[in-house]
Order: sequence, then structure tokens, then C-alpha cells
Amino acid sequence: MTNSVDTKVRKTSIHTTDEARLRLKKRYQSETGFKWIGRAAIGVSVGFLLLLLTSVVGQGLPAFTFNFVNLPFEITAEKLGTDGSDPVALKKADYDSVVRDAIRGQFPFVKSRKDKKLLGGLLSSGSSVYLRQQVLNKPSVIGTDAKLEVPISDFGDLYLKGQISSSSFVENTSRLAIADNDGDVLLTAEGDVFLDALASAKVALGVQVERVRRDLTGAGLSIEKTNNDIISLNEKIPAATDEEIKGRLENNLLKAEKNLKVLNARVKQFAAKIADFDSRIADTRMGEELTDVMPSQLVYVGDAVFKLISVTPNSATAETIKPFGEDVLTTSNDWTIRTLDIVESSRKFSDKEIVWTDALVEREYVRNGFNTIFFSRGASREPEMAGVLGAVIGSALTLIITLALSFPLGVAAAIYLEEFAPKNRWTTIIEVNINNLAAVPSIVFGLLGLAVFLNFFELDRSAPYVGGMVLALMTLPTIIIASRAALRAVPPSIREAALGIGASRLQTVVHHVLPLAMPGILTGTIIGMAQALGETAPLLMIGMVAFVVDIPTAFSDPATVLPVQIFMWADFPEPAFQQRTSAAIMVLLGFLIAMNAFAVVLRKRFERRW
Amino acid sequence: MSVATDLLHAHNEAEETDIKMSGRGVNVFYGEKQALFDVDLDITENRVISLIGPSGCGKSTFLRCLNRMNDTIDICRVTGDILLEGQDIYDKSIDVVELRARVGMVFQKPNPFPKSIYENVAYGPRIHGMTRTKDELDELVTKSLRRAGLWEEVKDRLDQPGTGLSGGQQQRLCIARAIATKPEVLLMDEPCSALDPIATAIIEELIDELREKFTIVIVTHSMQQAARVSQKTAFFHLGKLIEEGSTEQIFTNPTDKRTQDYITGRIG
Repeated sequence: MTNSVDTKVRKTSIHTTDEARLRLKKRYQSETGFKWIGRAAIGVSVGFLLLLLTSVVGQGLPAFTFNFVNLPFEITAEKLGTDGSDPVALKKADYDSVVRDAIRGQFPFVKSRKDKKLLGGLLSSGSSVYLRQQVLNKPSVIGTDAKLEVPISDFGDLYLKGQISSSSFVENTSRLAIADNDGDVLLTAEGDVFLDALASAKVALGVQVERVRRDLTGAGLSIEKTNNDIISLNEKIPAATDEEIKGRLENNLLKAEKNLKVLNARVKQFAAKIADFDSRIADTRMGEELTDVMPSQLVYVGDAVFKLISVTPNSATAETIKPFGEDVLTTSNDWTIRTLDIVESSRKFSDKEIVWTDALVEREYVRNGFNTIFFSRGASREPEMAGVLGAVIGSALTLIITLALSFPLGVAAAIYLEEFAPKNRWTTIIEVNINNLAAVPSIVFGLLGLAVFLNFFELDRSAPYVGGMVLALMTLPTIIIASRAALRAVPPSIREAALGIGASRLQTVVHHVLPLAMPGILTGTIIGMAQALGETAPLLMIGMVAFVVDIPTAFSDPATVLPVQIFMWADFPEPAFQQRTSAAIMVLLGFLIAMNAFAVVLRKRFERRW
Repeated sequence: MSVATDLLHAHNEAEETDIKMSGRGVNVFYGEKQALFDVDLDITENRVISLIGPSGCGKSTFLRCLNRMNDTIDICRVTGDILLEGQDIYDKSIDVVELRARVGMVFQKPNPFPKSIYENVAYGPRIHGMTRTKDELDELVTKSLRRAGLWEEVKDRLDQPGTGLSGGQQQRLCIARAIATKPEVLLMDEPCSALDPIATAIIEELIDELREKFTIVIVTHSMQQAARVSQKTAFFHLGKLIEEGSTEQIFTNPTDKRTQDYITGRIG
């Protein structure tokens, strides 16, 4: 207060009172609050976006690579029955047997019919087609030992990517005796090496016993209910006067009593089972059978693989999955137990297939590379043979039609309405209707397309040009609305300038207004096209949901589009298709980003300041 | 038409020059609202006429009637006769594009096209097909820029955007653009209102020079400007033409009380 300024008598202003200061502070507070709410909103949306992207990319990325098998295929003139000079004969040659013989040649010990079938399934069922394509493309490979590849099966691929089951390995150095035991082998070890395997079997038993207990409780409830029924029936029967009703009630009573007997027997059975399981679980050293609801235990000795089928703490009976080669061992001090965490009954890739696939990898016949199949083929029922190219081309063809129809029509309509049409009731009605059309659900446009284009004009089903027409109808209002807004945003002074020196209205629009409105028009168009690219529902209505294997080459070829392909794949149960669904979503997003980038470049070229 | 011609002569004893344009009984309506009431005004060839008056008095509206720029406003309706060399410009036989080529306009706010300086000036001649070769067009552009007093400043950057010039330069570019189409009448709607005094002085000088070739109608809020550049002045008030005459007479010896009040700053 010694300050000279403060000694002056201050005028009191309405803006410097304490109340005013308080108001000011409140204003700043609300501003800060708003800023934080805004930041939180952005944070949440970015978080969700990242979540979406990581989940899609995380699932889809593995589908961008694939495992191919390059076995020594016997591509010879004798085997194919042609030396390659005749393309027709080359096409008709039996590639199935080439593939089959090649894979069987790797595993000569596979004898049973069932196992042979399983072995054949290790390679994609499209292998022969794939092989034939390579031979047709390059007949000179006949008779040479050129390396040819075929795709592995979808589950084989998933296994190699570590998506079938995790496994743990325990290396053992104690002495293991291997004795042939009537087809199977008997493994005897020094010490309790199989105790872990036994314990996992007991855990599985525990799960089973829980299930039986639940069944027992259920049976108990049923007994109670049946008893009640019997009591009430016994009361009702003497009271019944009608003979017919009485007969029916007595019949019911008989049934209930019979039922009660069955239930009682079942309860006894369950109780015995529980007692049995409980005693087995309690005795941790008691031997157990290993079934396919328990984690598989594989024993690797030398180059052989055995699968345990029953274990005691220090011995086990095992099934030979892969026998010894030349070097047959009867004892070993270096062996491994492998535990597959996912039980065999709940995976689509059996223990045998796992061992065979491992063998192929060991022999360096498997190559993990870029998934060319996914980017070069159309739809297929086999996930490993399915690709997005057909859908990408279909989408491109459809969008070309959509753009070619909706852009000129939309811009012309917008120019007419904005620059030429008189402002009267009719134009107002048209404007309101266009705005409403933009909000019409897309499936309605699909129904319209079905009724008008397909049923009335009898145009082709599943054809990109019809899809393009339907999507153009859907996109048109968006483009018109955006274009009108862009035209309206052009300052009137530009129009006056042009009109003032004697330009006609069309010249004014074409030379001056349209170039200035173009960035806005393009933005609207891109929004509309992006919408059209992602549209599924209207295309389902006009049959673009068809299963199209061939890649479309013309606007009238049957085709499907990316979102429909994604929709179809998402419906398939195979896990490999789930991966491809995510991969296709990534392709769709890539398509979208490419379109937007193109639009940004176009905008930059058109953008001018006024 | 003979009546009109008689009237013209009656009005213009003082100056024995030709009448380029004239309005007879001009009424303008914006929807229900009448903006101009029964305006009679003559525009003399190769002279500058100033339209002055307070805001909203209808002077700009009248100006915009002279090349039918009001056509672009949907609710605008014009009655009465506006004659260009004796021909009614609102007649059906008159082509509005041709009219605007003959009656050019410079606007209040400089509005060059977002194109190069050259393109700005060349646009009019090009759409009207005024030149046959590129050389002829170049010459016309050069001449127009020279006449607009802009040549020396922009001759090295003709390919740069017209919107990059300063406000005064932009307005001169607009004038160059307007005169490139060789109009007979040049309408100027407060051409200096957005400019600083130096740019204003340049444009006023320019107007004086342009008078030799064109008939100029200028709307202005600045009485000094009207006094400086025009030979004739017309005073509008509340949509009515109150008084018109030689600039000297209006500013020194106005007959109407309202004119006097306006020029002395008592109303407006």
C-alpha cells in the first residue's frame, strides 16, 4: 500500500468489483472444464480406435503370411502321361496322385486307411490345382527336379503359427527302456518321470467328476419331482369319477413309477462313478488311461515319437506315431516329454498331424512366405485357397460405376438447384426430399434395385454394374448436399465479378464457381464413395453375395465386393477364415485410405484461395 | 421514345453533350418493399456522374439497374424504362450478356478471380471473342493494365495470382478487367470504400483519365470524392432522386433543403 499508484483514489468500475472478479474466475473455470472434457472425449475415441485397430491388425496380420510345402514332387512325363507339348493333356493330367504320392513318400510308415487320409489332409485340398497351375505356366519343369510348392492345410498353417496349442517340453536324462508291446510300446523309466503326466490326468478326472456330480444333483431333483407327481396322482385317482380320466391318470402313475426306478438306478450309477473317480484322484500314484479329453503327452526318443495312452508314475504304454528310422533304440538317456496344453478332442489338428508337420519342418520342406494366394485368388471354401482379389476387383468395378453415375449427376443437380433453379415451392420440395433421401436406410435402396433393376428391367444378377447403379442411387443425395454446400460457400462477389463483365450464367459457374467449389464437392464425393465402399446390405439384395470363385473381368461378370466378402467369411466357422476376415478388413481399410489419399491429392490441386 | 428524347433536352440545357443512358420513372421493389421511387436520371456521354446519398437511399440499387445486375436477385423487380442509347435495356430483345459487355462494372470490394493477373484481365476479351490471336490478346491485356495504371507494378508477375496484390492494386486490376472488354459505360459502386487515401487518390486520378474513353457512373459516400471526380452529381434520399445537376451547382448552390443538409453533414 506504499505504492504510489495505489495511493491514488481509484474509480470503482463495474468490471473491477469483487463480484465481477468472481464472475471472471467462473468464466475461466468453465473454460478449463470444457477443455478437459474435450480432451477426455478425444482420448476415449482415440482409445477405442486403437483398440479396434490392434484387434483387427493383431488377428489379421498372421493371414498375410502363409506356409508352403515344397516336397520333391514327381513331375515327369511318365507320371503325368504327357511331355507337356499338349496343353489339354497337361491340364487333364492327374496331379492329385502326384501330390498324394509325394506326401506319402515322406511318411512310408503310415499304413492304415484312416491315417493315410489324415496324412493327405496335411496339404491343402487345393494343392493339385495349385500344382497344375505352376506346371501349366511353365511346362519346362517337367522331368526336372525344380522345386514346386503347394499350400499347407489351413490348420497346418495355424499350427505352424503357434495358434493350435501351446506345449511344454520336459527333458529327461534318466534311463528309459523301450520295449515292443503288441503293436504299442512299453516305456519303463527309472524314477517317477511320468508323475506330471499322471497328475494332469488326475486333474482332468477332477473336471469329469464335477460333471458327474452336477448330473447327480439333477437326477436328485428329478426324483423329487417324480415323487411329488406320484403323491398327487395317488390323491387324484380315487377322486376321479370319469372312467376315461381315471384310466389316463393310472397310466401316468405307472409311467412315473417306472421313471422313478430308472432315476434311482442312475443315481446309484453316478454315486458309484463318483466314488471310483474320487478314489482314483485320491491315490496319486495309481495308474491312469490317458484319453483325448486330457492333455496329450508325447515322448520324443531319437527320431521316434510316441504318444502315451496309459501311465503309472514310472512306466507308460504308448502308441507309435512316428517309428524309429534306421537307428532303433531300446534304451535312451536323452528323451523329452512334450505336453500339448489344448486337449486333442477340442482341436482340429490331431497329435499325428502335429508330429508329421514337425517332421516336414525338420526336413526343411516348409517355407513361410508372403501369402500370395490371399492376394491373387477369389473366394474358396478352403480358407487356405481363399483370396480377396475377386472382391477387390468387384469393389473397384462397382465403385467405378457408382462414381461415373453419381458424380456427374450429383454435381449437375447441385449446380442446377443452387445456381439456376428459381427458389419456389417446387424446388423447396425437391430439396427437402433430397435431404430425406440421404437418411434412407441403404437396404431400402437394395430393395429398390431388386424391384426395378432386376425384376422390371431384368438386368444381370450379381453384376457390378447393377451394384454400382444401386450404390449410385444411395450416394447421389450425399453428393448433391455436399456439392450444394460447397457452391453456396463460394463468395457471391466472384459471381458478380464474372457476370459484371458479361459472362453468361453457365460460364460464370463453369469458369469460376465450380473450380472454387471443387474441393468441397470432392470431399462430399469421397465421403459418399467411402460409404458406398463399405455398403453391404443393398448389395445382398441384388445378389452380390454370391459365392464367386472366378475373378471378375467385366462389369457384367458375377462379382462380390469386399464388405460382403468380409460378411461371408465372418460367418464361416474355420479359425483360418476368422484370420482372413480380419485381413480382408485390413485390405478394405487400405482401399479406403488409398481413396482418401487420392482425394487429398485432387483437393490440393484444386484448392485456391480467394 | 420521342417524349423521352424531348425530356432529355429539356433537362440538359447547360451541357450540349449526348445522353448515353437515361432512367425514366424507375421503380425498384425488393419483394414487397419499394427501394426506388420514380427515378428520372440522365447519364451524359464521356462524363463522370456521382450518385451520392446516405446509406440505404437506393443509389447502389439504381446503379445495379443500369447493367441489370439486379436480375441475379430473385425477389427484385424493376419497372419503368432504362435506356441505353435510346433502347430499353429491360426489353426482351436485349441480351443481358451483351448489355453487361457494354456496361461494365467495378464493385465495392475488390473481387479479382483467384487466377493469374493476366487471366483476370484476359477473361472478358476471351469469352466475348474480342481477339483472334494470342498477340492481340497480350496487347489488349497490356493496354488495359496500362490504362488502369497497374502495368508498371505487375508487368513482371503477370502469372501470379491476382488475389496476392494489395487492396488498391486489386481494385485497379478489377478496373483493368472491366475496361478490357471495352465497355461504353463503366459503373463503379463505391470503388474506394475499402482503400486507403493513397490508393484512393490513384484511383480517382484514373477515373479522370478514363472519362475520355468511357461514360462513368460512380456511387460514393465521400462528398469530397464526388466533388473531385465528377462533372455531374445526383443526390438520392430514401429511394427518391432529390436533386441532380452539375457537381459545382450541387455542392455550392443546392436547391433542395435535404441536399444542403446532406452535403453540410446535417443528415446522413
